[in-house]
Amino acid sequence: MANHRKPKLAVWKFSSCDGCQLSLLDCEDELLSVVGAVDIANFPEASRAVMKGPYDISLVEGSITTPHEAERIHQVRRQSKLLITIGACATAGGIQALKNFKDVKDFISAVYASPEYIETLAKSTPIADHVFVDYELRGCPINKYQLVEVLNAFLNGRKPNTPAYSVCMECKRRGTVCVMVAQGIACMGPVVHAGCGAICPSYHRGCYGCFGPKETPNTGSLSEWWKQLGISENDIVRGFRGFNAYADAFRKESELHEV
Amino acid sequence: MKSKINSSRTIKVDYLARVEGEGALTVKIKDGSVSDVQFKIFEPPRFFEALLRGRKFSDAPDITSRICGICPIAYQMSSVHAMENIFGVKLDAQLRALRRLIYCGEWIESHVLHVYMLHAPDFLGYQDVIQLAKDHPEIVQKALRLKKIGNDIVTLLGGREIHPINVRVGGFYRVPTKKELASLTANLEWARDVAVETIKFTATLPFPEFEQDYEFVALRHQDEYPFNEGRLVSNKGLDIPIREYENHFVEEHVEHSNALHSVMKNRGSYFVGPLARYSLNFDKLTPLCQETARSVGLGETCNNPFKGIIVRSVETLYAIEEALRIIKNYEMPDAPSAPFEIKAGVGQGCTEAPRGILFHRYTLDEKGDIVNAKIVPPTSQNQKTIERDLKEYVKANINLPTDKLTWQCEQTIRNYDPCISCATHFLKLNFIHE
Repeated sequence: MANHRKPKLAVWKFSSCDGCQLSLLDCEDELLSVVGAVDIANFPEASRAVMKGPYDISLVEGSITTPHEAERIHQVRRQSKLLITIGACATAGGIQALKNFKDVKDFISAVYASPEYIETLAKSTPIADHVFVDYELRGCPINKYQLVEVLNAFLNGRKPNTPAYSVCMECKRRGTVCVMVAQGIACMGPVVHAGCGAICPSYHRGCYGCFGPKETPNTGSLSEWWKQLGISENDIVRGFRGFNAYADAFRKESELHEV
Repeated sequence: MKSKINSSRTIKVDYLARVEGEGALTVKIKDGSVSDVQFKIFEPPRFFEALLRGRKFSDAPDITSRICGICPIAYQMSSVHAMENIFGVKLDAQLRALRRLIYCGEWIESHVLHVYMLHAPDFLGYQDVIQLAKDHPEIVQKALRLKKIGNDIVTLLGGREIHPINVRVGGFYRVPTKKELASLTANLEWARDVAVETIKFTATLPFPEFEQDYEFVALRHQDEYPFNEGRLVSNKGLDIPIREYENHFVEEHVEHSNALHSVMKNRGSYFVGPLARYSLNFDKLTPLCQETARSVGLGETCNNPFKGIIVRSVETLYAIEEALRIIKNYEMPDAPSAPFEIKAGVGQGCTEAPRGILFHRYTLDEKGDIVNAKIVPPTSQNQKTIERDLKEYVKANINLPTDKLTWQCEQTIRNYDPCISCATHFLKLNFIHE
């Protein structure tokens, strides 16, 4: 028997800036169609109304940085048929994972006068370190059209079309002249996952890695190219330690250049 | 005849909705009077000030924009102005105007989001904008188009609407052509009319009588409604340059919150944001803004925080008119950014985020690396005032049934459009009847 109940969509926030869930509200042209296709069952940024689980699709934004979050993500997983992480925080730990390379105690005392009030874990970690994740959508922030594509795909029982090739492919496609070859601008594009549409090079700026590593990135080769452009070891470290610093490929490459 | 539950109770909201971030509120009522109010922020700390140490000066606009997905431009603007103050960079008039223009886009997008999607449902008795859209699809469709026009400005100038990539110390990576900017004009002209309608619509909403005596703090510029520059002024005599901010304002760390509370030295709580900007800069608004505000009965100052929804609508109109003016006068500058030499020093920047003044201070070494950073977002500056409002509001409405009072307390908080992501991030509301 066909079940005409609309799928229940929930949005969950962990340590993050709210930007990725805002992408849903920023789908001005598609928003009313999206909310027509699902029941928004839990989306506190937008609504007071809360429906009880289980949920058909949970979108999870943010990384795990506190003991409470490390417990709460298991509750979310238990109530969700499909769990999709959205954004660099949820898929790689986010910019706050820069603390993973330092002593967290120094961090707390740098910001707060009374560190004893603050509860935090030593590392900021992606959701997949804690629970099984059905699908990861990259980006800092995510691309709202990719979000609509992923929701559309899951609602219609097909695989989302979010290619794992590099930003270079997107530059070629939009006809942007390579900023590294033509202008000698340091660009992370060759090792970075596509998805943004190669925005930075089209604004005469090198890619800085919002979407994290592409599949099988040759980070070592990129570092060599950067050195030939006169980029210092310290700047190579800072380049890989951006919004996806704790993604494996970037973390390992950055550690090779640490002095 | 007071009901028994009203004399001593606790009102609790565990997860405040329709705000950016994670927060809660506890109001304790004992023997018919308010004994304690705690506006609690349990957004996990992300330690931005510490993350910035050892990063390059040029990373600051990209990293700090990630504090908040709703107002990334504000973070980019305060950080680049702070850096430019260290290096002594002067921007030419068109680059300066483009910075105002991108800020106009953020104000439109952020204010429309708050007015229609987060705040209006409270006044009209809806749980959210989706329910509102079922009964009034035409209002919501217009609102979405209006919001999109703000986002279009940010996307054109910034590359994308959330965490734009084009702002840098000294200017931009790339500046638009005249033709590109002119493509925004037709939509902005439509938006101007809709913004006037929005002011008229919001003025018809039911407002509680709730005038408070606030100390309003905002930037004030000699020629224009403030975005990026000016002096910090208040309605109670403050008038200082931005670099003296820390001589007058201090942050306190309180136990119930992961955000630092900001207070004015020896004076206590103060109020930043649209109401403060409006009340201190009414004379700098355009004639159409002033006229429309007057026509709906809004005075030159506004002390009722619930009417913030009207003031945001007036500021939306201002941002649209200002965007049109900048686009009309635009000439493409020779270079997308001004040249500068890196040097060591301390620099401050303070700009008007949609929610109020956002202060940044950086110390750089001679290589241009960040030695330390301090960031004071608007919501942490308003936090004490929000608690004060709640106390006064509950006192005046203590006989309301708990569910109604709870909703109105949430609304009292939403008046400030609090961005808890900024103040750190999560709002939770608890009323405790002891």
